[in-house]
Amino acid sequence: MLAPPIHCAGLVKRYADVVAVAGLDLTVSARECFGLLGPNGAGKTTTIEILEGLTAPDRGEVEILGMRWTGGANTRALRERLGIQLQDTQLADKLTVEETVRLFRSFYRAAHSVEEVLGLVGLEEKRGAWVGKLSGGQKQRLAVACALVSRPELLFLDEPTTGLDPQSRRQLWDVIGRFRAAGGTVLLTTHYMEEAERLCDRVAIMDHGKVIALGTPRSLIASLGAEHVVEFALADGATRAPSAAELSALPGVRAVRPGLDRTALTVAEVHRAVPALLGLLERRGAELSLLATHHATLEDVFVSLTGRQLRDA
Amino acid sequence: MRDHPLVQLTLARMREFYREPEAIFWVFGFPIVLAFALGIAFRNRGPGELRVAVLRGAGDSAMATALARAPGLTAAVLDSAEARLQLRTGRVALLVVPGDPLVYRYDSTRTESRLARLEADEVLQRARGRADPARVADQRITEPGSRYIDFLIPGLLGMNLMGSGLWGVGFSVVQARTKKLLKRFMATPMRRSHYLLSFILSRLVFLFLEVAALVGFGWWVFHVGVRGSFAAVAFITVLGALSFAGLGMLVASRARTIEAVSGLMNLVMLPMWILSGTFFSYARFPDAMQPFVKALPLTALNDALRAVMIDGNRLSELGTPLGIVTAWGVVSFVVALQIFRWR
Repeated sequence: MLAPPIHCAGLVKRYADVVAVAGLDLTVSARECFGLLGPNGAGKTTTIEILEGLTAPDRGEVEILGMRWTGGANTRALRERLGIQLQDTQLADKLTVEETVRLFRSFYRAAHSVEEVLGLVGLEEKRGAWVGKLSGGQKQRLAVACALVSRPELLFLDEPTTGLDPQSRRQLWDVIGRFRAAGGTVLLTTHYMEEAERLCDRVAIMDHGKVIALGTPRSLIASLGAEHVVEFALADGATRAPSAAELSALPGVRAVRPGLDRTALTVAEVHRAVPALLGLLERRGAELSLLATHHATLEDVFVSLTGRQLRDA
Repeated sequence: MRDHPLVQLTLARMREFYREPEAIFWVFGFPIVLAFALGIAFRNRGPGELRVAVLRGAGDSAMATALARAPGLTAAVLDSAEARLQLRTGRVALLVVPGDPLVYRYDSTRTESRLARLEADEVLQRARGRADPARVADQRITEPGSRYIDFLIPGLLGMNLMGSGLWGVGFSVVQARTKKLLKRFMATPMRRSHYLLSFILSRLVFLFLEVAALVGFGWWVFHVGVRGSFAAVAFITVLGALSFAGLGMLVASRARTIEAVSGLMNLVMLPMWILSGTFFSYARFPDAMQPFVKALPLTALNDALRAVMIDGNRLSELGTPLGIVTAWGVVSFVVALQIFRWR
């Protein structure tokens, strides 16, 4: 049997006084799209860079495509089979798109042609443009082109869509989709939950250098025990607010999370919980200023695990 | 061939350079502007007219007339206050105070003043009837090879090799590091040696243009020739370029920001701009400093270039300076490789 594309065990990495990765085990199977999720500072980038062989872990074992980062010819042979996009690389502004791709493809033995790879990311028309003149989304697709040019078996993407507008983000999702359809394995990091739900077969939610939840997006959401979230806020603040105990006693409510400006209820049956909630509020004479319901997301999973929102965690 | 990583890296290096207009100016334009300005400012026209003042007093106007008649001197009769002011501000080189004894007042540290004193004394002694026992005749020559510009062009060449070597290599390396491009390259199977060699290769291509531009300009405008062989000049400039590329690599090996590397670069180059005899001979520095000055790579490079261009020496006579240049390059390169920060 083939070794899994990514396998690591017991990874630890410390920087001065921060523990960036605190004992991490992962296995990613062939043809899988695996997402590392978490807020900024959770250790996603450090983890992915250890897997990419760019950062040496203090402890732990890494095996990529059945090989180890031992340096020299072995490392070069492994690099031939990987495609890597780093979070904060700025490609040279004064080279054209074609020149940049040509430079990167010269490093690989079995590379795509320039035409092929620009076709993969949809940048054919920008071939002769200077990198400095590209939009954020085009630059990001070029970065992915430089990763794809090696015809990789395994693609690492570190926050590929951070800071992009929705349309550019969707274009990149399509690029990743085509790579997967051709049989590739992907490891990506993101702090956009909807991106993870849409792209990933499995996700690992990270916080403080550890995996705090692992599974398919669907199973993680299901672990909340309910599929909906009802959020409400009151016009006159906390004075007439019902207590957490009163709320949990409502039919269909599985969990209550009081927040700064609103309260969130995890709910199995919206059609029973909402009328009951409205009734309770009316009895107390409280006036609603906000009422919203949505399907539970990975964001809700993160909040229920850590008590913090992803964005401001 | 075209898709060899070394070729692609070198092409990328060169494109990034020639698409940066400022870089073009500093490497090609600036030395030529400097050579032109200094060549014009210090062209050999001798000391020019020397102005001499005669203090108002007995026989002043006769004395002034006699002085003014001598070639290369002008003379004026001035009042005491005015004379002092002009002497102090250097508008007259010498003040003659009539009387017995005749007094010459001048600043003996000024070459002009000492010259004026000799000339004026000659005129005044002859006017009082001194006879010259020997007959003399003057033959005046101005020969290429002995002018300031002849001294300057090889120096500028050396300075330019230093500047473009240090900036060309150091700046790009640190820029690639701050933009995380170096780290991105490390994530490919690229060989580190190819990356470093690409700097050397692109330097050699531009080196040819740099040298041709400056030497060509000197020859065209000021008739500065190359007395030794062109092959020797080529060899020395290549050696110098490689050596300074090594030094540039060393300066850039750890720096994480452009500001840091700029500071380091100036720290390395400033002493050599002043000490290494680019604009004036380093023989002017005290004896105690000479061993230090001569050990600097730019001093050695300038010496070697002048020896070939002005004196027509052969390479075999230049073992010491070429050895110094080589040693700097090799040591810098080896140390740089050891401590280089690849991300």
